[in-house]
Amino acid sequence: MANYSTNQFKNGLKVMIDGDPCNMVDVEMVKPGKGQAFTRVKLKNLMTGRTWERTFKSGDSVEGADVMDTDMEYLYNDGEMWHFMDPATYEQVAADANAVGDSHKWLKEQDSCMITLFNDNPISVTPPNFVELEVTETDPGLKGDTAQGGSKPATLQTGAVVRVPLFINQGDVLKIDTRTGEYVSRA
Amino acid sequence: MAIDPQHWQPTASIHNLRKRAAIMAQIRSFFADREVLEVEMPLMSQCAVSDPFLDTIETLYADYVGSESYPLYLQTSPEYAMKRLLAAGSGAIFHLGKAFRNGESGSRRHNPEFTMLEWYRPGMDDQQLMDEIADLITPILKLDSVERLSYTQVFKRVLNIDPHTAPLQTLVAETRKHVDIELEDDERDTWLNLLMSHVIEPKLADLGAVFVYDYPASQAALAQIKADAQGQQVAARFELFVNGIELANGYHELTDAQEQKQRLLKDQQTREQMGLPQRPLEMRLVSALEAGIPDCAGVALGVDRLVMLALGVDSIQDVIAFPIERA
Repeated sequence: MANYSTNQFKNGLKVMIDGDPCNMVDVEMVKPGKGQAFTRVKLKNLMTGRTWERTFKSGDSVEGADVMDTDMEYLYNDGEMWHFMDPATYEQVAADANAVGDSHKWLKEQDSCMITLFNDNPISVTPPNFVELEVTETDPGLKGDTAQGGSKPATLQTGAVVRVPLFINQGDVLKIDTRTGEYVSRA
Repeated sequence: MAIDPQHWQPTASIHNLRKRAAIMAQIRSFFADREVLEVEMPLMSQCAVSDPFLDTIETLYADYVGSESYPLYLQTSPEYAMKRLLAAGSGAIFHLGKAFRNGESGSRRHNPEFTMLEWYRPGMDDQQLMDEIADLITPILKLDSVERLSYTQVFKRVLNIDPHTAPLQTLVAETRKHVDIELEDDERDTWLNLLMSHVIEPKLADLGAVFVYDYPASQAALAQIKADAQGQQVAARFELFVNGIELANGYHELTDAQEQKQRLLKDQQTREQMGLPQRPLEMRLVSALEAGIPDCAGVALGVDRLVMLALGVDSIQDVIAFPIERA
């Protein structure tokens, strides 16, 4: 991979820091009134999710990371790995629990997800912002209670549990915002 | 830098540009009332700034079209030219215009072409000039007062370290506590600058407007060196921070021609060691000091940042019609 010098740093640049691929979240030049300039970068470690700030001297360079985001279709979970397929090439990849993280709660077969590949291996899985999932278990709905007032837990087909309004019934299909984990509406 | 044909609009609103114009008018009337003469200095010079940590933008000029061109340098501050005027007997002067610095973009506080207010006051020292700066900015920024702390006081207050006497390894260890950086450096100033910019400046935001004065003698730039109350050699230099943003830098000016010459030559040497471009030094400044420059204090103030602070916006792009990305 190419090396990037501080003057090429920009938001979204993927670089190798201490052996892990990292994303530059925020790049700011720090220039004292007199004296040398520094570049302060907010970095996100793409393996661990940790975010922190590192400062570079002007002219320092770092190695780029072979990181690529690609849309893939979720196929199935074999009990250990989650399998995805590139709809264009039919190429398949398998992501482990570490890469999938909390996203597993929102993965429905045939949904399209964004897979982040590092050296062609999946390191993170981002579900669509909105998913539609069926309620598999919840207390019976209260007739007529379609206005505000109260909520209850509902278990969805993926195993995720979300707070839903009282009128929701088992078998309903719900639209969920995966970024907040909150119920949006009936689908 | 890519040119996007869709990006024709200014980044600053017309409303902000009106406020900006009003502040410019306010500055001019402040100096007119005090009988400080407005002067216009060349933006292009045959000489460049010596400071190794400032880079000049080079432009090419030909005496007649088609002849061989030679470099002229866009000024990083009108300081050298203004001091030549002072030596020629101008009296108190101010300059309100553009300055240029290479490589200073990609930040919410920098644009490579920016507006600088610089002024010189014969007969004043750094403390008296701080009074005048406070008089100028308090109505513009609607401040009650401007605090004053010495460089030693801010280091003691925030880090409990004496910046002049702490051993290098203490400065390094303290920096590493707060800043993640891979760096080996024997220059005390490097570590002091890291602590100042990464740890202390953000804390200064809590104080509102504050002058930090009596910098280490090694960071004098063009300021006189003097002994402070504790007998420590310090530079008669100050900086003004408002809400943690560096707004102005001033000196009780160096008037010693020989010392000035030494500092220019030392900068050039540092440039050589760092592999930086060698550009013509402004020896006419040395001649001007030899001829005699009045004892004076001077300051440069970033006008774009002043407008940012007055308008309460956090990006310089909100107060410049066409910053570099759209220029």
